[in-house]
Amino acid sequence: MTTSLDPRIRRADLEHAPASGGLMQNEHWEPFAVFHQDKRGAAHEFVGIVHAPDPELALAFAKEQFGRRKKTVNLWVVRSTDIFTFQHEDDDMFSTIPDKNYREASGYPVRKRINKYLDDLKTLAKSKYLDHMEEESG
Amino acid sequence: MNEAIKDLLYRMADDELIIGHRNSEWTGLGPILEEDIAFSSIAQDQIGHAVANYTLLNEHFGEPVPDVIAFSRNEKEFRCSQFVELPIGDYAFSLMRHFLFDHAESLRYARLSDSSFAPLAALAKKIKGELKYHTLHADLWVKKLGMGTEESHARMQTALNEAFPYALGIFEPSKYEEELVAEKIAIGETALQTEWLDVISPLLQRANLTLPKLPIKERVYGGRQGYHTEYLQPLLDEMTEVYRLDPAATW
Repeated sequence: MTTSLDPRIRRADLEHAPASGGLMQNEHWEPFAVFHQDKRGAAHEFVGIVHAPDPELALAFAKEQFGRRKKTVNLWVVRSTDIFTFQHEDDDMFSTIPDKNYREASGYPVRKRINKYLDDLKTLAKSKYLDHMEEESG
Repeated sequence: MNEAIKDLLYRMADDELIIGHRNSEWTGLGPILEEDIAFSSIAQDQIGHAVANYTLLNEHFGEPVPDVIAFSRNEKEFRCSQFVELPIGDYAFSLMRHFLFDHAESLRYARLSDSSFAPLAALAKKIKGELKYHTLHADLWVKKLGMGTEESHARMQTALNEAFPYALGIFEPSKYEEELVAEKIAIGETALQTEWLDVISPLLQRANLTLPKLPIKERVYGGRQGYHTEYLQPLLDEMTEVYRLDPAATW
């Protein structure tokens, strides 16, 4: 057996460590789905899973794995087994028949009007800002 | 006055540096990935708190920069309690030390947020949230393992029995005690120890663990005066191995 350069590994004396007892089926920790919220009132979004022996520790682990590198105000954890889902092979239920596109929001002409209104607002704000700057400098 | 504050900052920072280093020894070797990440992150926080205190020493009292303070002193100059020097032991011991230590830190900083030494009060407020997580993590494990199987309970009780006399050494008073209390810098180690016992006792009881009845002479003092266990110097040698190759190197 080669010796490790890491003093921690040498101290662990793995060669003489007792063999791991191993885990029996169903002894593994459960997976929990983690939902992340970046500001109050925003929706919690699924970000991944942690393994934990209970929901409290799942939250504690989720905090380190999903709440440390980006802004976080809250997390949810849910046992993955408590999430109910369709089968992927049933995704044909979601495909829309082509001649029913009137049921899609994109079918409404109002979107164009909203976009035009937003553009007008932007142009107005910009011209007001320029006027203001001219007054300041003038 | 300055000497008293310096001594306090050194005691706190050295405790954080050494326990942070000890806890980081689990990185990559933790019992399970999620726990490895959480425990490593706590170790990192603790080293961060050490840096923050060394920075106060540097900025307000003309001590060297944090790296030099951390890596250039010999064992005798360290003011950490012997508790934090002890090897990591098994995971039960490391968790129990984390529980006992972080509750003491949490209460210490909570009180320091009213310190008359404003920079320390500001630091205490800043790290409050981190310490809240540390104690949450420790409490969950102590409860879970204390009330778990016969073996997990026995191992946690053994860890508590071994750790407790050393943990009392956290509160070893310094010669500046009266001065620190009179000047409202800190509430003093004796008061802090009482608060700590009030907090940990019910938590241990809830976890079905028994705080050892200890003759007062068995508490382990000395670290605050520079008397350390045989474990500190090897830790320092290991921690400073790379630094000593070229102390003037820039990173």
